[in-house]
Amino acid sequence: MNEIENLLRKGAARLPGEIPAGLQERLAERAAREGLLDVSYAELDSPVGKLAVASTPRGLVRIAYENQAETFAEELAAKLSPRVLRAPRRLDEVRRELDEYFEGRRQEFDLPLDWSLTHGFFRKVLRHTAQIGYGSVGTYAEMARKAGSPRAVRAAGNALGANPIPIVVPCHRVLRTGGALGGYGGGVERKEFLLRHEGVIAA
Amino acid sequence: MRSRGVNLPPFQALLDAHSAEIYRFLVVTAGPDDADDAFQETWISAIRAYPRLKRADNLRAWLFRIAKNKAIDAHRARGRRPVPVATVPETPAASTELDLEEPELWAAVRDLPPKQRAAVYCRSVLGIPYDELAELLESSRDAARRSVHEGLKRLREEWTP
Repeated sequence: MNEIENLLRKGAARLPGEIPAGLQERLAERAAREGLLDVSYAELDSPVGKLAVASTPRGLVRIAYENQAETFAEELAAKLSPRVLRAPRRLDEVRRELDEYFEGRRQEFDLPLDWSLTHGFFRKVLRHTAQIGYGSVGTYAEMARKAGSPRAVRAAGNALGANPIPIVVPCHRVLRTGGALGGYGGGVERKEFLLRHEGVIAA
Repeated sequence: MRSRGVNLPPFQALLDAHSAEIYRFLVVTAGPDDADDAFQETWISAIRAYPRLKRADNLRAWLFRIAKNKAIDAHRARGRRPVPVATVPETPAASTELDLEEPELWAAVRDLPPKQRAAVYCRSVLGIPYDELAELLESSRDAARRSVHEGLKRLREEWTP
C-alpha cells in the first residue's frame, strides 16, 4: 500500500507546476461571453506609476494608484460583485486611451464610465468635475455650488478625495480658491505632475 | 450584483490559490487530453455558482468537488465520442501520455471508479484531511476513508512493478 502511495507522490511531482499559457485568459473570455464576469481588472504602467484599472460591462469603474492598489480586488469584490477576474485584454481600450493621454495625443476620454462606486452628493460633485476640460481648472467651492450645496466645500473636497476614477474623472483639475493646489488622493506630487502635463502649471 | 451574507474573496484569488492544483488533479483524473476542457468547465461552473455560496470556509473542497464531477463528465463524453476502430485505446486518455514515472500505474489510477480515483489522488498525493475529503466526495467521513482504501487496494491488485 505504502509503496503505491510513494510512487504516486513521486510521479505527481512531475505534473505541470502551472496551468498552460493562455488558459486563464480563455476562461475570462468565456466567462465574459456567458455574462459571468462582473468586474475585470488589469495593471498598467504610466508616468505616474503603476495603475490598477477595473471595468464592468457598463464601463470603467475604478483606477487606483500604486498606494491604493493593495486591497484593490478585495474592495471590488465587496462593493460590486465577487465575480472579479484579472483580464488584461478586456481593458485594452482603457490602456490605449490612457497611453494616448500620457503621450499628449489625447485631451478627452471617450471611455464609458460606471459610477456605481460613488453615490449621492459625492457622485454629483464628480459628475461636474468630469465636465472640466483639459487645461482648465475649477475650485472646490465651485464644485460644491454646482452640486447644489454651495456651503459644502469641505464635503466637495472629500468627494474629490474619494474619486474612484482619478485621471479620467479629472479631480486633479480642482484647486483651492486662490489657486493653491489642495490635496489629492494619489498624493499631491501626482496632481502637480498631471497639471504640468496639461500645461496648467508651467513646466 | 452585490453579494449578501458571507464575505467572498474576489474570484481571482481562488484561481491564484488553486488553479494549478486543480489543473494537476484534472490531468490525472480526466486525462491529459481532456484536462484543458475540464478545467474550463470546472471554473465556469464555479464562477456561475460563486455569488450564491453560503459559506466561504472550505472553498478548496468545493472547487475539487466541482472538478471531480467535470472529470466524470469528460470520461462520459469521451465514451460517446466515435473512435477509429483500429486504435480503440485500452485506457480512455492514453494517447498523450505525460512524462510520469510508472505510466501504467497512472493509467490504472485513471481506470478506477471516479470516486476512488478522486479519493486516492486527493488523499495519497495531496494529503487532504478526511473531513475535507468527505466534503469533496459528497460522502461521509467513513465512506471517504473506504474509497481511499478500496482504490489503493485495487491499484495494488491490478498493478505490479
